[in-house]
Amino acid sequence: MTLLGIPILTLVIFSPLVGVLLLMFVGRDSGELAKWVALITSGATFLVSLPLFFAFDSATTQFQFVERIPWIVSWGVDYHLGLDGITLFLVLMTTLLTVVAVAGTWSQTTRHVREFMISLLLLEVGMNGVFVSLDVFLFFVFWEVMLFPMYFLIGVWGSERRLYAAIKFVVYTMSASALMMVAILAMYFYNYRATGVFTFSLLEWYQLDLLIEVQYWMFAAFALAFAVKIPMFPFHTWLPDAHVEAPTAGSVILAGVLLKMGAYGFIRFALPLFPGATTEFLPWLIGLSVVGIIYGALVCMVQPDMKKLVAYSSVSHMGFVMLGLFALNDQGVQGGILQMINHGISTGGLFLVVGMIYERRHTKSIAEFGGLMRGMPIYATLFLVIVLSSIGLPGLNGFVGEYLILVGAYQVNKTAAIIAASAVILAAVYLLWMFQRVFFGEVTNPKNEGTPDLNWREVSVLAPLIFLIVWVGVYPSPFLGKIETSASHFIQLVHTKPAERRAMLFPKMASSQETKPAVALRPGGVKTR
Amino acid sequence: MTTYIWLIPGLPLLGFLVNGLLGRSLGKTFVSVMGPGVIGASFLVSLFTFVEMLDAPGYSLTQHLYTWIQAGDFTIPATLVVDRLSGLYILIITGVGFLIHLYSVGYMGDEDEYAYWRFFCYLNLFVFFMLLLVLGSNFLLLFVGWEGVGLCSYLLIGYYFKKNSAASAAKKAFVVNRIGDFGFIVATLAIFTIFGTLEIAAVNDAASVKLAAGGGAVTAITLLIFLAATGKSAQIPLFVWLPDAMEGPTPVSALIHAATMVTAGLYVVARLSHLFVLAPMTMMVIAIIGAATAFFAATMALAQNDIKRVLAYSTVSQLGYMFMAMGVGAFMVGIFHVMTHAFFKALLFLCSGSVIHAMHHEQDMQKMGGLIRKMPITGWTYVVGALAISGAPLIFAGFFSKDEILWKAFSSPFGHPLFWIVGVITALMTAFYMFRSVSLTFFGKSRIDPQLEHHVHESPWTITLPLVLLAGLAIVGGWVGIPHLLGRSLIPNVLKNYFDGFFAKIPEGIHYGDGLEFGLMAVSTLGALAAMYGAYVLFSRHLPLAGALRDKMRPVYRMLSNKYWIDEIYNLLIVRSIHWISDKVLWRIVDVRIIDGIVNGLAASARNLGGALRLTQNGIVENYAVGIVVGAVFIFWWLLF
Repeated sequence: MTLLGIPILTLVIFSPLVGVLLLMFVGRDSGELAKWVALITSGATFLVSLPLFFAFDSATTQFQFVERIPWIVSWGVDYHLGLDGITLFLVLMTTLLTVVAVAGTWSQTTRHVREFMISLLLLEVGMNGVFVSLDVFLFFVFWEVMLFPMYFLIGVWGSERRLYAAIKFVVYTMSASALMMVAILAMYFYNYRATGVFTFSLLEWYQLDLLIEVQYWMFAAFALAFAVKIPMFPFHTWLPDAHVEAPTAGSVILAGVLLKMGAYGFIRFALPLFPGATTEFLPWLIGLSVVGIIYGALVCMVQPDMKKLVAYSSVSHMGFVMLGLFALNDQGVQGGILQMINHGISTGGLFLVVGMIYERRHTKSIAEFGGLMRGMPIYATLFLVIVLSSIGLPGLNGFVGEYLILVGAYQVNKTAAIIAASAVILAAVYLLWMFQRVFFGEVTNPKNEGTPDLNWREVSVLAPLIFLIVWVGVYPSPFLGKIETSASHFIQLVHTKPAERRAMLFPKMASSQETKPAVALRPGGVKTR
Repeated sequence: MTTYIWLIPGLPLLGFLVNGLLGRSLGKTFVSVMGPGVIGASFLVSLFTFVEMLDAPGYSLTQHLYTWIQAGDFTIPATLVVDRLSGLYILIITGVGFLIHLYSVGYMGDEDEYAYWRFFCYLNLFVFFMLLLVLGSNFLLLFVGWEGVGLCSYLLIGYYFKKNSAASAAKKAFVVNRIGDFGFIVATLAIFTIFGTLEIAAVNDAASVKLAAGGGAVTAITLLIFLAATGKSAQIPLFVWLPDAMEGPTPVSALIHAATMVTAGLYVVARLSHLFVLAPMTMMVIAIIGAATAFFAATMALAQNDIKRVLAYSTVSQLGYMFMAMGVGAFMVGIFHVMTHAFFKALLFLCSGSVIHAMHHEQDMQKMGGLIRKMPITGWTYVVGALAISGAPLIFAGFFSKDEILWKAFSSPFGHPLFWIVGVITALMTAFYMFRSVSLTFFGKSRIDPQLEHHVHESPWTITLPLVLLAGLAIVGGWVGIPHLLGRSLIPNVLKNYFDGFFAKIPEGIHYGDGLEFGLMAVSTLGALAAMYGAYVLFSRHLPLAGALRDKMRPVYRMLSNKYWIDEIYNLLIVRSIHWISDKVLWRIVDVRIIDGIVNGLAASARNLGGALRLTQNGIVENYAVGIVVGAVFIFWWLLF
C-alpha cells in the first residue's frame, strides 16, 4: 500500500523534524545558517511529497499509501495514515507553502531566527499529520500539536498587539477543540458499546449508527471546533487580529493551511460521522456560509489595513468553500475542495505581497501608500495577478472553484447561490479599490519615493504561486481529476446509512467477510447493529 | 474539424506574452512591429477561416481544444466555433483592431513615461479576449472573454495611472461591469440546471423544448443576461462607466469603447436569439431600455464640450439604438448597425485622437475651430464619419443600418410607432450634436491658443492611413445591407442573405406598403439633413447666437452636461450607504462590539472565575488527580446513561 514499500506519508510528516534536530545544533546567532537549514529541509519535504501527486491513483475510492501500526494497544490507538483525493492537494499545498513561507520571510525575520524556523517546521509536521491521520486519536494529537508553534509565531514574532492576538487565537481554538475532545471520547465509548471493540479507527466509526439526538450533540461539538478554525461567521473575530499581528510566514500558513483544517474536518468527520444531524443542520450551515460570504466581503470593503482586508476576504472566501461542501453534490464538493487549494494559493500570495511592502515601509495601512506602480512595476504586476485570482477572474484559478461551487449550490438552494454570486461584485470592489489606492495616482507620500522593486528572491517566491494560479485556471483537469473519485465517495458516504457503509469502506474484505455479527448491547445512544 | 482556428486568438495572445515579457528589453521598434503584426496575421487567418466557413456545411467550423472543466455531469470543453455571427465579428475585431494598432504606433509614439510596450501588451491581450468571447462555444468560455475584455478595459482606462481620475474611472468600469456579470453568472447557473449543458448551440436548439414560451424561467434568464449586457454595452442603468472610460488613451476608446467590447452585450443577445424570442416581456424591456438609452444619451451628448465625451455619449446612444433593434426582434439589423458603427465610430474616435495629438492633449472643443485648414485629412475623414453616423442618405453606411432599425421599430410585431418616434428624435439629435462637434472643431474661426497654433499640423501616415481606410469602410460598409425598398432586384441585400435562417424567426407582422416605408424614411432623412445643416450653420458661423441660446436654457444645459446627476445619485444611494453600513454597523458594531464583546466578556468572566478557582490550585497533585477522575467519571456517566 505504501509507495514501493517506502512509508512515504511518514516521511512527509516527519522530514521537517530532521531540520528541527539540526537547528538545535545551530548556534543562537547564526540566523543565516538557520534559514538555509529550514529552506533545505522544507524544500526536501516538498520534494518528498511530490511523488504522491504522480503515484496517486485517481480511480480508487480507497485511501492510498496506507500505513497502519498499533500504537497504544490497550486503548486501541493505531498509527494509521492514508491519503485520498481530498487530502492529496492539501498535503502538497502544505509542503509547498512551507517552502514559500520560509523563503518569503527570509529578510523579514531578524530576531530568534532559529526558533522561528523550528516553529515553522513543527507546524508543518502538525499540519500534514492532521491531513493524513485516519485514527481519530492520532488526528487529535496532531491537531493540538499544531496550535503551539502557531501561538509562538504570533506571540513572539508578531507586531504590537501580538499577545492579545495570540491568546485570542489559542483560547478560541482551544475552547472549541476541548468540546471536540469530549465528543471524541464519547464516540470512543459509543463505538465500544456498539461493537465491543475499543478503537479510534475512523473507518470503524463511520459504521456507527448513533441515535439522532446523540448525533445532534456530537455534531455540534465537532462542528464548533471546525467552524472556529475555518472560521465561519460568527466565530471569525480571532482571524483579523491573528493575521494583522502575525508575521508574514505565520499569515501565509494560517490562511493557506490552517483555515483548511476546519473545512477538512467537516468533510472527514462532522458530515460523514453524523449524517442524520448533517441533514438536519444543513440549511443552517448553508445560511451561515452565505452570511459569511457577504458579511466578510462588506466588512472587507472598509478596512484601512491591508492585512485586515485580506483576513476578512478569507472569511468571505472560506464561506464559498463551505457553501460548496454543504451542497453535497459533485460540483459543489469538487469546487469546494479545489477552492481550498485556490484560496491557499491566492490568499497565501496576498499575505506574501503585503509582507513584502511591509518589509520596505513598515506599515500596512492603505492610506500610507499610493502611486507605487511607477517605481515598482514588477511588484504591481504580480500583486495584480494575485488580486485577480482572488477576485475570481475567469481564466485564473479562483473562478473554476467558485463557479463549480455556485453550480453545486444552485441545484440545492437557489437563493443561497444567488446571494453568494453577488459576492463577485463585492470582491471586485474591495480588492480593486485597495489596488487603486496603493498603486495608482501620484506618489503623494514622500516616504514611498524610491521604494525598491522586488528582488529576484521575492520574485522566485511568488513565481510558483503565479504558475499555479494560471495552471489551475486554464487547465484544472489534473486537479479535478484527482479530486473527483474521492469527492463523490465522500458524498456517497454521507448519503449512506452507517450500517450499510461496510462494503463502501472495505470493498476488498466485503466479499470474504460478509458481515460482522451484530452486537446487541444496552440501549443508550447507539442503535444496535 | 478545422485545426487552425486557435491561431486567431492565439496570435494576439502570443503578442501579449512576448510584448509583456520581452517588450521592455527589446525596445520600441520591436514592439511597434510585434504589436500590430500579430493582429494583422490574425486578421489574415480570420479572413481565410471566414471564406472556408462560407463553404462549410451549416456555415460552421469547430475546433475542440481540450476539456476545460469537468465535475460530475458538468463538462465545459474549450471549443472554438466560427459561424456566421462569430465569423463577422472576428473580421471586425481583427480588421478594425489592426488599423487601430497601426494607428497606436503613431499616436502612442512619444509615450515613454508610461511604457510603450505595456500599452501594446494590454491591447494585444484585449484582442485575444475579445476573440475568445465571440469564438467560445459555451457560456463559460464566452465569460472568460467577457471578463477578460473587462480586465483589459480596466488596465487601459487606467493606463495613465498617475491621474486619479483615470484610476477611479478604471475601477468604476470594472465594478459596474461586475454588477452585470452577476446577472450573467446566475443566468448560466439557471441554464445549466434546466438544460444540463452550457453549450450555446445546444441551448439555442433546445430552447423552445425546455422552456415554456413567455414563462417565468425564460423571462428571468433572459433578463439576467440582458442585465449583463447593460453593463458591458453601457445601457441604462449601468451606462455610467462609459463616459468616464474616456480617460483611457484614444485608440483604446476607439477599439474597446466604440468598435468591439461595448458591442459584446449585443453579441450575446443576438447569439441567444432563440432564447430571447421566447420571452416577449424581456424583448419589450430591451426595446424600451434601448430606446430610452438612445434618447437620454443623445440629450447628454448635446451639452458636452469635450470632443471625446461627445463621442462617448454618442456611443451609448447608438448602442441603445442597436438594443432597440434587438428588442423588436430585428437581430440581423442590430448586428448590421454593430458593424457600420464599428467603422464610423472607430473612425470618429481616431480622428478626435489625431486632433488631440496635434493639439497637445487639448480636448475642449471650445478651444479649437478652423482645424480643417491645418489638418485636412483628419478633418475630412471626420466629416465622413459624422455624415455616416448622422445617416446622410444613400451613400454613407449609417444611413442604411439606421433606417432599417427605424423601420423595424415601426413595423415589427414587437415594434411600436412610439419607438419610431423616439428613434427619429434621437436621430435628429445625433445629426445635430455631431455637426456641432464638426463645426466647433474643424470649421468657423480658430479659437486655438495662439502659442499652440503654429505647432498644430497634420498627423503622420500611421495615423492618417487608418483614418482614410476607415473612412472608406464608413461609406461602403453599409452597402452590404441595402434594403429591398431601395435596391429592388438590382442590388441584393447581401447581409440578409448571409444571415438567412441564422437568427430566431419572429412572427410576421402587419404588411405595410412600400409607400409608408418610403415616407417614414423621407421624414427621418430630411429631418437629419436639416439638423446637420442647422448645427453646421449655428456653430461655425453664428457661435455667439449659440452661446446666447445656451444661456437661455441654462438649467436644462446644466442638467444635461451633468448627465442628470446620475453619478451623484448612485453615489449617495448605493455606494455611500453600503459603505456606511459596512463600516459603522457591520464592522464597528457587529464585529467589534457585539461578537468581540461577547468573546472578551467570556474571557473576563473566565478570568474572574479563574481567580476564584485559584484557591483550589494549591499544588497538591493528589487533589488534582481526584478532580480529574471525578470529572471524567461525571462526563462519561452523563454521556452514557
